[in-house]
Amino acid sequence: MKEFTPAPDSASIVSVTDRVKPVTLGMAVTSVHFLGPRAAFVGGEENVAFVDAKGEITTVAVHSGGILSTACDGKRLVMGGDDGKVVSLDAKGEVTLLATDPKRRWIDAVALHADGAFAWSAGKIATVKSGKTEEKSLEVPTTVGGLAFAPKGLRLAITHYNGATLWFPNMEGSAEFLPWAGSHHAVTFSPDNKFLVTAMHEPALHGWRLADNRHMRMTGYPGRVRSMSWSAGGKGLATSGADTVIIWPFGSKDGPMGKEPAMLAPLQARVAAVACHPKNDILACGYSDGTVLMVRLEDGAEILVRRNGTPPVAAIAWNAKGTLLAFADENGDGGLLEL
Amino acid sequence: MSEATSSKIPVTVLTGYLGAGKTTLLNRILSENHGKKYAVIVNEFGEIGIDNDLIIGADEEVFEMNNGCICCTVRGDLVRIMDGLMKRKGKFDAIIVETTGLADPAPVAQTFFVDEDVQKNARLDAVVTVADAKWLSDRLKDAPEAKNQIAFADVIVLNKTDLVSKGELAEVEARIRGINPYAKLHRTERCSVALADVLDRGAFDLDRILDIEPDFLEADDHDHDHDHHHHGHDHHHHDHGHGLKHYHDEDMQSLSLKTDKPLDPNVFMPWLQNLVQVEGGKILRSKGILAFHDDDDRYVFQGVHMMLEGNHQRKWKEGEPRESRLVFIGRELPEEAIRKGFESCIVS
Repeated sequence: MKEFTPAPDSASIVSVTDRVKPVTLGMAVTSVHFLGPRAAFVGGEENVAFVDAKGEITTVAVHSGGILSTACDGKRLVMGGDDGKVVSLDAKGEVTLLATDPKRRWIDAVALHADGAFAWSAGKIATVKSGKTEEKSLEVPTTVGGLAFAPKGLRLAITHYNGATLWFPNMEGSAEFLPWAGSHHAVTFSPDNKFLVTAMHEPALHGWRLADNRHMRMTGYPGRVRSMSWSAGGKGLATSGADTVIIWPFGSKDGPMGKEPAMLAPLQARVAAVACHPKNDILACGYSDGTVLMVRLEDGAEILVRRNGTPPVAAIAWNAKGTLLAFADENGDGGLLEL
Repeated sequence: MSEATSSKIPVTVLTGYLGAGKTTLLNRILSENHGKKYAVIVNEFGEIGIDNDLIIGADEEVFEMNNGCICCTVRGDLVRIMDGLMKRKGKFDAIIVETTGLADPAPVAQTFFVDEDVQKNARLDAVVTVADAKWLSDRLKDAPEAKNQIAFADVIVLNKTDLVSKGELAEVEARIRGINPYAKLHRTERCSVALADVLDRGAFDLDRILDIEPDFLEADDHDHDHDHHHHGHDHHHHDHGHGLKHYHDEDMQSLSLKTDKPLDPNVFMPWLQNLVQVEGGKILRSKGILAFHDDDDRYVFQGVHMMLEGNHQRKWKEGEPRESRLVFIGRELPEEAIRKGFESCIVS
């Protein structure tokens, strides 16, 4: 780790703060995604706000209540709400109702597959809808914590208490249970399909190498990991939860087993959100004190995007080409940076 | 501390054995004209239906934390629901968590101590237990859950008092007091209790840990006859001649310690930490107001099983007796060891 913490207002750090186009959304924001050319800021409830490159804001109503979960593939944004509905929003701003829970239970998690299939969960039941085939559901032992599709094949990872379940919805009896004590929330496959990683309720990640289900414990965080992002090419998994960005190495066949993570961009604040650049070895990260940095993975060089002194950064994302960075804090004050 | 506390959303935990009247109380709270909006976390949909409030169904899902705290279980479903509710901050004033009749209140309470995010946004206000005046005495004999709920309570709503005689009522109250003399007790019919008596109690607020005195005025200043030879029956009672029966529940008791001599914080703190580490499985609740040697501030603490939180509260007032008082409520408490340990913390 570095020995000194650069103060954001010191001259020692390169700053692009004057190039950021400020965005004032006037609503609590929980995540941001790019849909076509526009950034889509997801509100805590009811609305998504599109912001174009000029900074113009268009608000679209998507749920009648809290928005609990989101997944985006660049073409559409799928959301689950506490109104029991799964909706999708496309780049034009069109909202489509995809599913409604019959009991109006909360839609706790959603996932989106590259081929257009999507999944959602309410309580203990995860459901997949793929093309024109009928919905398929699987009940797991306890409430679903997170969902993710594997990069290859129609395979869904479902997290819950004491582990994760891997399921091929089109294969009867294919559910495979990966045990690990504790409560598992968000889940992600490595882009090479070799590893599965969950963020636990405790301040830790857990991983499985899918070839042999070997365990990988990734611990040491002071706080719960709420944001995970794979670096370009999937060589590393960047995470929030500490006062530096923690990046676990996944470049070798053993993943992070027996290895130390890289720790970049230390500040006197907790990393709240991370987003790796889609093409280059750069990441953007937001902190609990409102700071936003861009960090080069190779040497940890930092560029200041936004100064501290605001509520925690809640959302951060790159567009698919990596030419636009969008971010917002919990109160909905954010910005767009064109590179 | 108080400012931070007040900006957090208060959470009331509503417990009670099957059929005691939890739903009646809940409906009463929600239908009263109080101008407040509640988010209510229930385990059964459909029994309550008030349009204005947020009703959330929950499966009581308890899991063990891997944090080395052996009895540390939390309600994962609450963590998730709180997370979702926080997205709608400002849309409700308070949260009520209804538990099933067989639930142990501890995992609910511990969720509010252990989870960083939950703690940031919400504060546990009180555990309110609804008890059935007619059947509680029986349940205390055959249902450990019912006993837990009484022992854990900050407020006890003793309901259906119209269905029992005066004598029976005195009997059931005495049994409650034998387990938990510190909770506020309200006698009700159809749960008609003033909302102020069950909501916004601040029972877990360190600044308000004042109600450490037993709730009943006839508190026995003379010690209970805590002889520990075995009795063939569940309870024995002493008649103190003033009409109030005193039960000593063999399984669940409260233990109160008191001294007007100053305590040595360097002895007391490790002793208390160790006590809850070793006996935390048995200790359901603990509270204390402490006078430390060479310290002009009152120190207050409270705990649930192995979890403790404490702080310097305020200066001792002029003329205020600098007394230390501790209360433990628990199962099969090692009374002698606790008393000796406490005495060893006194500055000689």
